[in-house]
Amino acid sequence: MNSGLRWRKFVSNFMLTMTGVCAVVAVSALFFILGYLVYNGGTSISWNFFTKLPAPVGENGGGMANAILGSAKLLALATLFGVPVGFLGAVYLAEFSGAKIAFIVRYAADLLNGTPSIVIGIFAYTLVVHPFHRYSTYAGGFALGLMMIPITLRSTEEFLLAVPRTLREGAMALGASKWKTIVSVIVPAAYRGILTAILLAFARVAGETAPLLFTALGNRYWSHGLNEPTASLPVMIYTYAISAYDDWHRQAWAAGLVLLTLILVINIVARAILSRGVSVPRA
Amino acid sequence: MKRFAAVLFGTLGLAAFFVARAALSITGAGATFPYPMYSKWFDEYHKKDSNIEINYQSIGSGGGIKQVTEGTVDFGASDGPMNDDQLKAYQDKHGFPILHFPTVLGADVPTYNIPGVTQELNFTQDALAGIFLGKITKWNDPAITSSNKGVNLPANDILVVHRAEGSGTTYIWTDYLSKISEEWKTKVGKATAVKWPVGLGGQGNEGVSGLIKQTPNSFGYVELIYAIQNKMPYGRVRNSSGEFIKADLASVTAAAAGAAKNMPDDFRVSITDAPGKAAYPISSFTWLLIPSKIPDAGKRDAIKGFVKWALADGQNLVESLSYAKLPKEVVAKETKALDMIQ
Amino acid sequence: MAATSTIVPSAGPTVSSRSFLSRLRDGDEIARLVTFLFAASVVLVTLLIVYELWLGSVLPRHKFGFAFFRTSVWDPVFEEFGALPFIYGTLVTSAVALLIAVPLGIGAAIFLAELAPARVSDTLEFFIDLLAAVPSVIYGVLGIFIIVPLMREHIQPALKDTLGFLPIFKGPGYGIGLLTAGIVLAIMVIPYIISVSREVLLSVPRDQREAALALGSTRWESTWKVVVPFARTGIMGSIFLALARALGETMAVTMVIGNTPLISASLFSPGDSIASVIASQFKEATGDLYTQSLIELGLVLFLLTFILNGLARLLIVVTSQRGSGTRNA
Repeated sequence: MNSGLRWRKFVSNFMLTMTGVCAVVAVSALFFILGYLVYNGGTSISWNFFTKLPAPVGENGGGMANAILGSAKLLALATLFGVPVGFLGAVYLAEFSGAKIAFIVRYAADLLNGTPSIVIGIFAYTLVVHPFHRYSTYAGGFALGLMMIPITLRSTEEFLLAVPRTLREGAMALGASKWKTIVSVIVPAAYRGILTAILLAFARVAGETAPLLFTALGNRYWSHGLNEPTASLPVMIYTYAISAYDDWHRQAWAAGLVLLTLILVINIVARAILSRGVSVPRA
Repeated sequence: MKRFAAVLFGTLGLAAFFVARAALSITGAGATFPYPMYSKWFDEYHKKDSNIEINYQSIGSGGGIKQVTEGTVDFGASDGPMNDDQLKAYQDKHGFPILHFPTVLGADVPTYNIPGVTQELNFTQDALAGIFLGKITKWNDPAITSSNKGVNLPANDILVVHRAEGSGTTYIWTDYLSKISEEWKTKVGKATAVKWPVGLGGQGNEGVSGLIKQTPNSFGYVELIYAIQNKMPYGRVRNSSGEFIKADLASVTAAAAGAAKNMPDDFRVSITDAPGKAAYPISSFTWLLIPSKIPDAGKRDAIKGFVKWALADGQNLVESLSYAKLPKEVVAKETKALDMIQ
Repeated sequence: MAATSTIVPSAGPTVSSRSFLSRLRDGDEIARLVTFLFAASVVLVTLLIVYELWLGSVLPRHKFGFAFFRTSVWDPVFEEFGALPFIYGTLVTSAVALLIAVPLGIGAAIFLAELAPARVSDTLEFFIDLLAAVPSVIYGVLGIFIIVPLMREHIQPALKDTLGFLPIFKGPGYGIGLLTAGIVLAIMVIPYIISVSREVLLSVPRDQREAALALGSTRWESTWKVVVPFARTGIMGSIFLALARALGETMAVTMVIGNTPLISASLFSPGDSIASVIASQFKEATGDLYTQSLIELGLVLFLLTFILNGLARLLIVVTSQRGSGTRNA
């Protein structure tokens, strides 16, 4: 009996140590990724990278200035399109809607969320690029915006619903209309969570490449306005990484570092905002 | 929230600023085969006239044909001329024909990465067809070693690399293979995208050269400049006269000699397996695909102006990137044909 | 839920007795309408996606019918298209990914939920969440430059030396291929398994564990034989979630899988996945049948992820209900 217990204890310690190993392996993946990016990309980041346009094929010294601005424009458009839809849709779900409609809308949002990004790309091509006969920043922004909608919608709804009933009832008791209550009481109370949701949605689409392949295409120059194809960081990374030019590889690493840094910073900031003000009790 | 909105609108305002600039932007897409040349040309032309920006995206010849037919780009580019079905599809869709304009001459070269082998290898027609059909699988197969006496070819498996997407470089290669191998012609055929019997797919000439450069024992076809720019060895190919020829300016120009004299009016011609002792057998023209009607006057003039420049001053730049100049007769014929663009 | 709609402190006349105009002036009706329109647009857009996919694949659906799923030929020249190689590649790479990610992920989740003190658990979870935020294209870059050479020069030869008799390790190892794509996918989906499983494990009521320990089980036994089975459905849900993510991954896969429509028993072989082939061929597919066959592939992918996501959510919901409310012994 004693040796049986000793064995069981040994197994227990061993297996639990193994789970620790699993956790360490999983977490260390993040640090490996960061490490490689910093090592390979850090040395390639230069003033040229941020300020120059791409050089002709095979020549060194080009940069990704247009891709950086292009990504900024795409993300701005995506936010302008996706956030209001998600936010206002969530307001409807949380404040006005009945159970059946809410179920349908949430289901559709989850469906949209789970749609592979390449399929979103096909959809945006069929809806925006093909009929208007041009690749454009609009099309890219539309595709990315679509991807921001479900995240914004579900999170905003969650945070709106978590606002205590006492706040709502207090406002109503003072004679405020539904709409005034929402605008001046409920949304401000939930704003931390909503902002977090928007930031996380933003960070998610900042790295998306597939939807841009068929919508924003690419551009070796500055893209003028919003109705032309535009370069973007993720697509440039892809194009340069699969080539054989060492200079392009270096630029791909640098761009990867810039992109990942941006995404991680936004994620960290978003979570920090959320943890400052607790609107939702932890599960 | 207010600050966020302010930043957002500030960014958009900046974006709108770029609308204010009066530059004319033209978008083209297609072949990766001439991409190094085109990117240099568009860059030089932009220096000449900073108002004109020609944004060329190298997505493959198949993409060039498709996107110009869809109307999503202003012009296309392809190393495989559009076939009759594709021409008809364009005409049916737009109501006017699309025109081919040859720009440079280039070559598909067989490039490889064999550990320990730095020499130039000789490839017979049978060797090339056999490797791509999957019948010749090892580097030390007699079909290869018999033309390469003195080279120590290892007993390693050949990793064939081809194009993953619709490609004019593929068209040129399969066009050649169809001419020299009956089996290839019936089993696989020639097109911008085929059902490859063996091999890995790379994206664009860029992707294929990237793959080959990184993978030992690999073998594939790329446009000459990609092999040169990436310092990859490429072999000699036996031509119809039995000579092993290396792709270079002289041999590619020799391949076009016959076509120069008998160029059809629509400029669609194949010069693979061309006759002539000095001809490189896997040479080809590459074409710009330009609609014969361009409603926007600014774009029309810009495109015509560019093509005129490319046929004249532009030709002086091609040899530095190892493309061959167009024969004079072709240039003359094309310059006249430019008037067809309304 | 929208419980507030039933609470109307009667400071004045009830809603139904006020005139439409006065309600309108309040802005509530407008607000309701406007927000409804936005919510409805979400449903509309989703329906539109399905509609466009369906409409855009009409040619191959009529020409090939269900044979599309049985054919392994992908021939643009002779216009014969079959989805089988891509379905195969998608499933195989996802299977490899899960085989690696599930044990690692559940193990890590157990550690985070059962063993680690709360602060350590939260910090590590924070890092895991960041890992989930790394974009696909960056995994692709790491795949091409770090993992592929590693596979080609060290791991694949080692596998061939030790397990080369197995059909899944036959043939030369190029670095690029199904196995490498599966490994890259594994790294990408592990965070989903960990974070969902961890939450689900944390929600298992304490008395379950304590009862097991009181009966004399070791820590591991109480975890593995009591807690994990209790959370089993939720963990299954996390696996389905991870699978759904793996199926739809595009960039990382297309950069390391080899882009060859091939069905091979060997994991060293190159292949292709649905998302990857759409990304590389959509822009250049000349001819309607070719393009629409790619769209049909997109439809297939959409349906697959739709089913999996639905199952995943169902399972996760079921588990959290069990954990918090009724317990069925």
